[in-house]
Amino acid sequence: MADLTLTNVKKVYANSVEVLRDINLDIKQGEFIVFVGPSGCGKSTLLRMISGLEDISAGTLEIDGQVVNDIPPALRGIAMVFQSYALYPHMSVYDNMAFSLQIAKENKANIDKQVRKAAEMLQLTPYLDRLPKALSGGQRQRVAIGRAIVRRPKVFLFDEPLSNLDAALRVATRMEIAALKEKMPESTMIYVTHDQVEAMTLADRIVLLSNGNIEQVGAPLELYEQPANVFVAKFIGSPAMNILPVTINKVGSQTNLAIDATTSVNLPLQLDKKEEGKKAQLGIRPEDFTMTALHKNDVLISGEIAFVEALGESTLFHVKTELHDELVIAKFPGVWDIQRGDALALAAPAEKLHLFAADGNNYSQ
Amino acid sequence: MLTSSSKKSSLTWLVHLSVFLLVLIWTIPTAGLFVSSIRDKDQLSVSGWWTALASSEQKVVYRTPVPDSQIQEADQYVLKGNLFADSNASVSAFGFSSLKPDAFVVGSTATMKKGKTLTVQANGDYVVTSPVPFTKRGQRIFYTADVPPRFTLDNYREVLGSEGLAKSFINSLTVTIPSTVIPILMAAFAAYALAWMRFPGRALLLVTVVGLLVVPLQMSLIPLLKAYNFIGESFGVGSKTYLGIWLAHTAFGLPLAIYLLRNYIAGLPGEIIESARVDGASDFDIFRKIVLPLSFPALASFSIFQFLWVWNDLLVAMVFLGNNEEQLVLTGRLRELLGSRGGNWEILTASAFITILVPLAVFFALQRFLVRGLLAGSVK
Repeated sequence: MADLTLTNVKKVYANSVEVLRDINLDIKQGEFIVFVGPSGCGKSTLLRMISGLEDISAGTLEIDGQVVNDIPPALRGIAMVFQSYALYPHMSVYDNMAFSLQIAKENKANIDKQVRKAAEMLQLTPYLDRLPKALSGGQRQRVAIGRAIVRRPKVFLFDEPLSNLDAALRVATRMEIAALKEKMPESTMIYVTHDQVEAMTLADRIVLLSNGNIEQVGAPLELYEQPANVFVAKFIGSPAMNILPVTINKVGSQTNLAIDATTSVNLPLQLDKKEEGKKAQLGIRPEDFTMTALHKNDVLISGEIAFVEALGESTLFHVKTELHDELVIAKFPGVWDIQRGDALALAAPAEKLHLFAADGNNYSQ
Repeated sequence: MLTSSSKKSSLTWLVHLSVFLLVLIWTIPTAGLFVSSIRDKDQLSVSGWWTALASSEQKVVYRTPVPDSQIQEADQYVLKGNLFADSNASVSAFGFSSLKPDAFVVGSTATMKKGKTLTVQANGDYVVTSPVPFTKRGQRIFYTADVPPRFTLDNYREVLGSEGLAKSFINSLTVTIPSTVIPILMAAFAAYALAWMRFPGRALLLVTVVGLLVVPLQMSLIPLLKAYNFIGESFGVGSKTYLGIWLAHTAFGLPLAIYLLRNYIAGLPGEIIESARVDGASDFDIFRKIVLPLSFPALASFSIFQFLWVWNDLLVAMVFLGNNEEQLVLTGRLRELLGSRGGNWEILTASAFITILVPLAVFFALQRFLVRGLLAGSVK
C-alpha cells in the first residue's frame, strides 16, 4: 500500500548549489531501504525531501501513486525519527507519543490504546510518566521510535537514529530496529546512515549516494560482491578494497592483465576487442588475499610490510609495493608471526578480482 | 591534578567574595531603608538607622498639666506625676530653665524662684513643691532622656492613608500589569514568526526591529502623544487614559521584547519544531504547545525587565497620564512627597519601601525561571 517513487528528483539551493541531481528510485511496500554515503553526499537532504521538510526543486515524488511534492509533511503518511531524538522536553513520554494523535483530534480512548500498544512493543510502559530528561539515550531513542509508530505511517523515515548512542547501545538498538521491522513487515522504512555496518545488517536494499548521485542500488551483498564502480567498491567493506593500476594485455575468452613488467593475471571475463591495451583498475578485497611464497608463480603482489595491525580475530598487513604509492592492505584471520619489514607475497583467486575501467565503472556490468 | 584543584579553589574564593560584596552592596541600602521606615519619627530625625537598636538621647520639654491635681502637704502645695506617658525611658538630667536644661542630676532637688522646688527621678516621677498654690499654667520641666528603640507601623499607616499612597499603588498596578502582559503576548507571536516561519521580507522586518531598538524614547514621546490624541479624538477617547499609557509602554517595550524573544526562540532545537511539523502541528499549535512552554525562561526574564521599567517609569506616566489625584502613579507621588514633605524622612522612607516592595516580589517570584534550563533532555 505504500510504494514510493522518485522521478528525476533534484535539489538546488538558492545559491544554485546542486545538492542532488536526477535521483530516480523505486521503493516497494515493506522494503527496508538504507541511504548510505559519505558526509555531505545528500542522503539526509533526500530523506528530508521525502518527509516534506525540504522542498523538491524539480522532479516528482509519489507515495502510493499520488504526487506529494506540495503536500505538507503531516499529510504524506510518513513519520520521522530524528538523529537528536527531538523529543518535546516539557512533555512526559506518554504525551510525547500521544502528541500527533492529539493534534489530529482522535478520541482519548483510541489515543490511549495506540500509545500503550507502542509502549508495550518498545518496553517503554514503566517510563510513560517520565520526562525525557529522566531517560537514558537508548530509551529516548525508543520514545522517538514510539512516537513514529503511534502515527501508523505508511513510510518510516530514520535520520541517523543511532549516531548519538554509544557503541554497545548502538548494536542493541540496531537489533531492536531490525526486530521492529519484522513485527511490521508491511511498513516501508527508509533509513539514513553513514555507517556501513548498519547499512549492511538492516537493509533489504542499499542506496549508495555520493556527491548528489546514486552510485548503486542493490542488496547489501550485491554491493559487496558486484560493486558498480570504484567508489562503491571502496565504500563498502572494511578495510576498503585495494585498487591497483593495470593494463589490459589481451582480450578473448579470458582477459589477461599486466600488473607489472613480469606479473600478469587471467580473469574469467570477456571484453570487447577495442579495450585491448587500455589502462584499467584492478580491485582486490583485503580479505580475498591468500598468502603464498615469493618463488611461486601465483604471486600477484609482493612487497615489504609497512605496518602490522593485530586485532586478535584477524591481522591486517599494510604492504608497500612498487606498483603505486598507496599501501596494499591484506587481511588474514587469526594471529600471525610476521613482523614489520618482512617480505610478503600475496595471491588471490581470479574469480574474486574486480576489474574497473579507467573511468571507474565495473567491466563486468 | 593538585595544582588544578588548588587553582580552582582560589577562583572559587574569588567568586564567593565578589558575590558576597555584591549582595552586601545591594542589601545594605535596602535594609537601611526598611529599618528607617519602621522607626519612630522622633528617633529617626535625631539618629541614623544603624543606631536603631540602641536607645537614643533626646532633649525634651515637658509642661505639667493644669494645676487642678495639686495637693496640700503641710505648708507646701505639691504637684506629682510622670514625665513619660507610655514608654519606659529613663531621665539622666533635668533643669527648669531653657538656658540650662541639664543643670541637675536625677534624684537631686532643684530650688527655683519664690521657694519652689523640683525633683525628678530617673524613672520620670517628678515632684514640684511651692509655698503658694499653683495657678495658671503648669511648670515647664526640661530633661534629657534615654529613649529605648521604638518600632512602629504608624509611618505606613500615615502614607497609605492620608498621603494617598494606597491610591497611587493601585494606579501603578493598573498601569504596569497590562503594560507588561500586552507586549509579551505580541512579542512572543512576532518572535516565533521571525524565527521559524518563512515569508518574504522576514530579514528586513528583523532589521527594522533592531533599528527601532536605538530610537530614543524622549524623541518619540511628543509625536506619539500628538498622534494618539488626534486618533483618540476621532474615536471620542480622552487624551489622558490608561489605554493610552498601555499602548505607549507596549510600543516602547516591543522592539526589545521581540529581539530578545526571537533570539531565544531561534535557539530552540530545529529538530523539535520539525518533528512537531511532521506530527501534523500547525504553526499555531507549535507556538502554543512547544515554543511557548519552552520559552518560559525568556518570557519570565523579559517580563521582569518590562515590569520594573514600567513600574519605575516617571516620564511616560507624566506625559500620557494625568497629574491629578485620581491617576497619579507611585513614582509621581514620590516626587510630590519630596516637594511637600521633603523633611519628613519617615514619610519618604515608608513610601519608598512600599514602592520597591512590588519589584522585589516580582523578582523573587520569577527568578527561578531565569536560572532553570527547561531544555535538559530534549536533544542528545
